[in-house]
Amino acid sequence: MDIIETTTLKAAGIDDYLSDNSCLQKRENIFNLTQKAQEAVLCPKDYGAYNHELRHALAARICLLNNDQITADHYSFNAGTYRALIDPGNTGHDFDLGHVLNFIDKVATRPRDVTEKDIKTLQKAGVKDPDIVRLAELNSFMAYQIRLIAGLRLFKGFES
Amino acid sequence: MSELIKTFTREVPDWKPRVKPVSLDEATEAQLDALKVTPSNTKVSDYVLTLAHDVESLKVRSPLFNAIMYDKGGLKRSERELGAIAASVLNSCIYCNAVHMSRHAQLEKDTSVTDSILADGENAKLADRDSAIFQFSLKLSSCPPDVGNEDLIVLEEAGLKQDEVLDLILSTALFGWANRLMHILGDPVEPKK
Repeated sequence: MDIIETTTLKAAGIDDYLSDNSCLQKRENIFNLTQKAQEAVLCPKDYGAYNHELRHALAARICLLNNDQITADHYSFNAGTYRALIDPGNTGHDFDLGHVLNFIDKVATRPRDVTEKDIKTLQKAGVKDPDIVRLAELNSFMAYQIRLIAGLRLFKGFES
Repeated sequence: MSELIKTFTREVPDWKPRVKPVSLDEATEAQLDALKVTPSNTKVSDYVLTLAHDVESLKVRSPLFNAIMYDKGGLKRSERELGAIAASVLNSCIYCNAVHMSRHAQLEKDTSVTDSILADGENAKLADRDSAIFQFSLKLSSCPPDVGNEDLIVLEEAGLKQDEVLDLILSTALFGWANRLMHILGDPVEPKK
């Protein structure tokens, strides 16, 4: 895959031709692996309790919690019936997902404050351990991609 | 019961999962494949067994992690570790911080940088280039990320080339990911003697 076709570079606004010598092109393997990781967390075959539409809504929500409207718009396109959950002000109670959104929001914005109690709250709400790991992976990948995109947006400064 | 570790350290702790890891006896073929379990290699950490609940992510994450931290060229290894340390300090991930402080000290054959971070955390006083790297990574790790062109100028003035800045962004961002697994899914505990 040409790396300028990856979600990460598109969202960072890097859409020009990259020469073979560009430092981004030299890390081509990393951008391609990042795209594969995105597919693994957003569209896994074994999606457990959280289907692809819900995962896209959660991803877009995490983007908005990080003030990244452009990447949020990318993910919101596939949020389907869960579109309302993209809004960080939505508590998720209409979908019986309040406990999931509380966890997602805290891990995204205040990971240092997460304790064992937060995991126990999910378990008491009936979330199975594999699904807790799935939520953590989705949230963690988004933390990575959002920061990678934020850093890459600075690269335009290098060229100017 | 193992005692929880609550402060930053360079001594690598053990890690106690908050969820039940996959049991090798009950693992699926896909999980065994991702874990690279063979009859002669059945030693797998609780951390990896925990992540095996989401086998598709696990399978992609390991090569990505290795590429970002170890691929040749660009930013030197210890400075990638410093990006990881800054993220781990900001996110309060004691386990990741210990692993990468320990690696930084080994690679540099010197503990002065990590001694300073252990003493003063985000306010550590470091030499110009290390300080530019550490402060940039703290800002990139925050929520929302808080980096702008002025931060890029500080890195350039400290001598970082474009390819080095890219590697710093990658290693810092990667620990936004790693911290949210290690710190969320388990606790650092005193290592078994």
